[in-house]
Amino acid sequence: MKYVLFICTPVGGEELSPAEIAVDPRFASYIHEVRTRDVVKGGARLRPAADATTVRVQGDEVLLSDGPFAETKEYIAGLDIIEVADLDEAIALASRHPAALAGGTVEVRPVWE
Amino acid sequence: MSTTDDIEEAVATAFREEWGQVVATLIRVTGDWDLAEECAQDAFAQALERWRRDGVPRRPGAWLTTTARNRALDVLRREAVGAQKLREAAVSARDEGPYDPDHEGDDSGVPDDRLRLIFTCCHPALPIEARVALTLRTLAGLTTPEIARAFLVPEATMAQRLVRAKRKIRNAGIPYRVPPAHLLPERMTGVLGVLYLLFNEGYAASTGADLMRDGLCAEAIRLARLLARLMPDEPEAVGLLALALLHDARRDTRVDTAGDLVTLEDQDRTRWDRAEIDEGVALLAGALRRGRPGPYQIQAAIAACHTTAARAADTDWADIAGLYGELQRYVPSAVVRLNRAVAVGMAEGGEAGLALVEELERHDELSGYHLLPATRADLLRRMGRTREAATAYERALELVENDAERRFLEKRLAQCRAA
Repeated sequence: MKYVLFICTPVGGEELSPAEIAVDPRFASYIHEVRTRDVVKGGARLRPAADATTVRVQGDEVLLSDGPFAETKEYIAGLDIIEVADLDEAIALASRHPAALAGGTVEVRPVWE
Repeated sequence: MSTTDDIEEAVATAFREEWGQVVATLIRVTGDWDLAEECAQDAFAQALERWRRDGVPRRPGAWLTTTARNRALDVLRREAVGAQKLREAAVSARDEGPYDPDHEGDDSGVPDDRLRLIFTCCHPALPIEARVALTLRTLAGLTTPEIARAFLVPEATMAQRLVRAKRKIRNAGIPYRVPPAHLLPERMTGVLGVLYLLFNEGYAASTGADLMRDGLCAEAIRLARLLARLMPDEPEAVGLLALALLHDARRDTRVDTAGDLVTLEDQDRTRWDRAEIDEGVALLAGALRRGRPGPYQIQAAIAACHTTAARAADTDWADIAGLYGELQRYVPSAVVRLNRAVAVGMAEGGEAGLALVEELERHDELSGYHLLPATRADLLRRMGRTREAATAYERALELVENDAERRFLEKRLAQCRAA
């Protein structure tokens, strides 16, 4: 099954760039695992929530607002699309993600297929 | 020739004993929870008719499973949904062979489908209320209205809860299996937690207030018994069963005819259920011999100390205090420490118990919990310090919510004021 892992980090926390993540020792074992198991089918590291623009449409009017769709204590910092056997495997992988280990959260969502 | 009543009785018995097995197998075969329930229901309806005509089969469970499976194959074939699903179901039916009343082999070595079902129902990705409801519906065979009544929620709410849970199992890919070894301890704790919660829901209901809630105790014991039988190497599963039995043995004596609370000390011990106590004590001894203690075995040991004392005065409070100390290592909660304070107070004298209560008060733990001042009050009352006890009872009365407990505290307060 395919799942998306939404990697959520606290607002005001570290904002590592993809290049920094690639060489950060805290990510080493996770990156190694997903590469050797070939479970990641896609993903993205996102710019911080401060750089988000939210679009709504009311009638003919396009309404824009600065920031994410909801003000929360955490924002989605990135996402991984993974393919594993079942939810237990997805949870196991999510629980080893450095963001989860560092006090962030990872939301596991099945892909609508 | 069987009479109508005999057949109805046989189907009712089969329902109690086999429902979970039939549903569990059908879920494995079809992968479809709703279809499994429908076909199981249909098989029981057919049983009522066919058994009346042909007699009760030697292995009712096997008959029901086969009938339900054939029905599922029919439905799948007719709807022509998922040729793949049908193929799998047909293969699985062939593997197990046709129903043969004389050669129903035992299932040793084959994981019981009911275990798959219970671990899936109790999966931690489901909300706790859904785990409980799903276990009662699919494994115990309670109807949605029955479960709704037992948990005091509207039927529509309960139906919605069950629908959502089944949908999540399917859509989120919750596996239908007994967890692998590395996940087992953690998942086992989850399953035991659900059964314990189920038992407590029934146990907390005051006697006679609602029979459906009372029935939860019996269901929890039945499920705990099943789990203990299916996982005999798990001492905590056996411990939970022992604990439930030892509590249940005292159930009828906890409230008097007026609906007032009767403390353990004042309960009529001759009315305790001897058979349940003996079974609980024997089960616990067997579990403890395995040398892997855990919170359920320890709580069962505490319950055994109480239920095996011939008179309240014979209670081995020192032993109980030690067991609560042991329990704290597994369950570091303030409530466990409060219970230990009671036991220490009884074993070593009120002062020692009070010291522990004061420690809890100092750390502002359990503030707002009526049993904290009620415990203080009881220790003081036993020490003859009735005026201080009365003050503590007054405080407890400000916090208590349950009517039966309120009446009990008021009675104690009156006694202290009169002393």
